[in-house]
Amino acid sequence: MTSDWEKLKRDPRVVWAVYIALALLLLTLPFVTDWAFGRSWVRIAAFSLLYIMLALGLNIVVGYAGLLDLGYVAFFAVGAYFYALLASPQFGVHLPFWMLLPLGAAIACLFGILLGAPTLRLRGDYLAIVTLGFGEIIRIFLVNLNAPVNITNGPQGINLIDPVSVGGYSFAQAHSVLGLGFPAVYNYYYLFLALTLGVMFVSMRLENSRIGRAWVAIREDEVAAAAMGINTRNIKLLAFAMGASFGGVSGGLFAGFQGFVSPESFTLWESITILCMVVLGGMGNIPGVVLGAVLLVVLPEALRYLGPLQQALFGRVLADPADLRFLVFGLALILVMLLRPSGLWPSTTRRRELSADPDATKPHEATA
Amino acid sequence: MDIFVQQLINGLVLGAIYALVALGYTMVYGILGLINFAHGEVVMAGAMVALSVIQLLVGSGVALPGPMIVGLGLLVAIPTCMVLGYTIERVAYRPLRGAPRLTPLITAIGVSILLQNVAMILWGRHYHSFPPLLPATPYHVAGATINDLQIFIVLLSGAIMAALLYLVHRTRLGCAMRATAQNPEIAGLMGVNINTVISITFVIGSALAAVAGVMVSAYYGIAHYFMGFMLGLKAFTAAVLGGIGNLAGAMVGGVLLGVIESLGAGYIGDLTGGFLGSHYQDVFAFLVLILVLTLRPSGLLGERVAERS
Repeated sequence: MTSDWEKLKRDPRVVWAVYIALALLLLTLPFVTDWAFGRSWVRIAAFSLLYIMLALGLNIVVGYAGLLDLGYVAFFAVGAYFYALLASPQFGVHLPFWMLLPLGAAIACLFGILLGAPTLRLRGDYLAIVTLGFGEIIRIFLVNLNAPVNITNGPQGINLIDPVSVGGYSFAQAHSVLGLGFPAVYNYYYLFLALTLGVMFVSMRLENSRIGRAWVAIREDEVAAAAMGINTRNIKLLAFAMGASFGGVSGGLFAGFQGFVSPESFTLWESITILCMVVLGGMGNIPGVVLGAVLLVVLPEALRYLGPLQQALFGRVLADPADLRFLVFGLALILVMLLRPSGLWPSTTRRRELSADPDATKPHEATA
Repeated sequence: MDIFVQQLINGLVLGAIYALVALGYTMVYGILGLINFAHGEVVMAGAMVALSVIQLLVGSGVALPGPMIVGLGLLVAIPTCMVLGYTIERVAYRPLRGAPRLTPLITAIGVSILLQNVAMILWGRHYHSFPPLLPATPYHVAGATINDLQIFIVLLSGAIMAALLYLVHRTRLGCAMRATAQNPEIAGLMGVNINTVISITFVIGSALAAVAGVMVSAYYGIAHYFMGFMLGLKAFTAAVLGGIGNLAGAMVGGVLLGVIESLGAGYIGDLTGGFLGSHYQDVFAFLVLILVLTLRPSGLLGERVAERS
């Protein structure tokens, strides 16, 4: 049965059929969800895409290079605030989107190098704590840089950020193309979809490139990697910078989509959520990470329906569903780690290693 | 000068509390090589449980002296936290011993989230005020003030730390703990029951956390479900500063971090010409952390090397 399944999986016709079905699903998703669940779910779908980008960025750092980063949201914040500051009434500057997005990526990349350069000789959990500290420092500065010179507008955040618009096509307005109505959320959905596919493509190409193999080599055994002639410092720095620039791009999109940013959105919990997406889904495996991101965005939203359910079952709301969201989330983390430590959808190499010789994975995973 | 002495005193009190929490981190790290992310939440649980008992006693109108009520609260909080610590280790860490390093770290984060949210459901989102039951007579020393509570906190933490040092360095159990920290397998061969030792380590650390939790909420007069998080991070910083895995290091690191923080918060305004204010207090802990880890990863008193894989 397994061999049949394997054969079926390799059949080009089946592969193409799956791709076409996926493409159709993704293209029609906003219309279908809008019709079935309501407009707010289109927004959630767009957010899922945003988080897929973030998770793929972190996946480069954690999944490929094996560097645990708990302050990843800092780069998201840098991208978002960069966009917000240069496209809002805050300074009265309104730069165009196509200019801000790459610049935001570059700035986030710079921050990645800034954090990575002094800290990358640390390993394991020490690196985790330093990156966590970095993330908090960025947030504290965002909260407090409103006096004496008002830069970030403090805890209130920045409002009235220009919506994304490219060549006269404003994403914030409803458009009508070929008789189909495209409200603002749809526009953003398709924009995010295009960029997510781009990020996925870059990730895939990186994975199988010289650099990607160097990252994996460092993850498995840094000393051996260095002995093979890999410049470990530069390659690790590159992982940090790449991950950071993905974060910066997502940040810019987030700012344009939301229309406002505040330090509230960039807490440590956000970093942890993104990390959980990567780890729960399956570190180093792109489909796994995508699955993790979608699950962790959609599940908490679905948990909202627990309120009416409790009402129906017990006659009153016993526990506020908003409170339950993170509770379930914490529980899921513990359970998945206990029962499926390599994630819900582990990469094939890792699965092969695990099934062939359980001891073979230990040395390299110990460094992750 | 007055400000200097005052901030020094405040820093010392704060540092004594950090040190107690840091001991919990450092003991666990010394033995398991694991950052027990949930430790801050144990501190919070200690504070909240004690507070509930205190509120119950105050509400019931029992005519007891203030310190005794707080003492009773503490007496309930300590065993509760011990059970909590034991359970956390048993459920979330023990099955993962020998797993990749990232795995227990993620469960630790999961436990932390779980405890926070359970606490939020039990005690609500709002801040609870800690009734002023403890005497706070101010004394004036060198132009600064210090009160009974502050003196008591420093003395109690000092006594607890001394007792802990005695336990680890002079008793059979302490010997077993040190052996397990050095090499669990060999310690097992020598007849040490590793699982028991690790459980006891968690239980002791949690008891210290309960004391620290009550201290910090009595000192600031508030307690809430989120209080453990930042405190835990700072205590971890203190442990790293002193040299993680090293008991004396955690104490030195805790006091030092407390002093750095309050002096920093007291002087940052003057130093930067008013550009940065005392609300940057939390930044100091992280700056210290990053500096220590990059310049001297083994900490002030530590011999362990951070670059172990």
